[in-house]
Amino acid sequence: MLTIAFALVFFYAPNDADQGFIFKIFYVHVPMAIVALFGFVAGAVFAALHLRSQDSKWDMRSYVTIHISVILAVGVLVTGSIWARASWGHWWIWDEPMLVSFLIVFLLYATYWPLRFSIEDKEKQSRYASVFAIVAGAFVPLNFAAVRMAESFTHPQTATTTTSAPPSVTLTFLVALAGMTLLFITLCKYEMASKHATFRLRALRRRLAGDEDELALNGRSAAPQL
Amino acid sequence: MRSTVAALLSKELTLEWRTRESVPAMVLFSIATYVVFHFGLDRDRVTGDLASGVLWVTLLFAAILGVNRLFVAEYEQGGFDGFLLAPVDRTALLVAKALTLFLFLCIVEVVAVPAFALLLLGPPLTQALPELVLVLLLANAGIAVLGTLVAGLAIQTRARDLIVPLIALPLLVPVLLAAARCATPLLQDGGAGALPADWLAILAIYDLLFALIAYAVFDFLLED
Repeated sequence: MLTIAFALVFFYAPNDADQGFIFKIFYVHVPMAIVALFGFVAGAVFAALHLRSQDSKWDMRSYVTIHISVILAVGVLVTGSIWARASWGHWWIWDEPMLVSFLIVFLLYATYWPLRFSIEDKEKQSRYASVFAIVAGAFVPLNFAAVRMAESFTHPQTATTTTSAPPSVTLTFLVALAGMTLLFITLCKYEMASKHATFRLRALRRRLAGDEDELALNGRSAAPQL
Repeated sequence: MRSTVAALLSKELTLEWRTRESVPAMVLFSIATYVVFHFGLDRDRVTGDLASGVLWVTLLFAAILGVNRLFVAEYEQGGFDGFLLAPVDRTALLVAKALTLFLFLCIVEVVAVPAFALLLLGPPLTQALPELVLVLLLANAGIAVLGTLVAGLAIQTRARDLIVPLIALPLLVPVLLAAARCATPLLQDGGAGALPADWLAILAIYDLLFALIAYAVFDFLLED
């Protein structure tokens, strides 16, 4: 899985060499943003499944997808800022609806960890985090619709960049998008595997240490327990 | 359902009438914020988009105070257990709390908006009062629904006072945006402009959608 993802991610690099240099960041920035947003929505779907089934497996999936999506969102904000600096001359443009709405979504999801950390009871923690994930996941498309409308009243703009683009750009973009999606899925899988391994290790250690001093052994963690 | 909501609502209002905890604090906070804005902006009077922005930021932060206090009595005095033991629909608590917050906000605005007109606003408030009341009511509905949801979400956390604004502010950005854009032409110098119908529609749709979402997920916040 990882090899496919990385092959695709690296595959697009020679393909866009004929474009202007700074335009290359488009192939990283836009797929990253799309994947992060879909990751947030997927986190909401997993959270809904968790509330329905009361199975902590789904809570884990929701936690991991939101975790990776927030990391991608940081990447999106950084690359978007660099792109804005290169093409418009400013690090930050308030007129750009995408930048602004992405920042709002990022700020909202950044509170996911404080929320989890400040609820002691494990069962309550996962339930409340799931409710938060659903509300925030529903907020993502609504927020984008609202902010986009805010802008389109002042200066209407085309909805997508790909409509007027030559086919080579479209193809590269789609390959980059697929690559980013696979990268996201791979990262999620690795994160899950790592969490499973950590829990197994903890369980074994706890058995060795004879069940005492559990918190000191584990440290504080807000991740869902299996 | 309706009688449950009525009972809960009258309980809230009696409680607030006897303790006078939230509403006076919110009113005082908004007036203090006007004073802060006066010195921060170094202006004696504001108009148009600046007036709209000052008004909405003040009301939003005052609303956050109310949201912070919304479930505290239930949490500290064990009201949640009492409610869960009663054979009533859990949605009743959501409806009653949202109505309470809505009423609190209306009462606050009855004082805070004239105070704004007195202290900072340039053009007379009366030039577009009915339209402004409509915008205030729609925005109050949005703040009430989202505020109840966030308050329910944050009540079990240790750092409640920190979590509430952190979650509520991003969620309320579209409400603030739409309400501020709606109010801008109403507060202009030299006669009120027309109310932007598209922004009003966005505000109403946002209210409605989050009312549905809150209805869908609120039950899970009460399980025990």
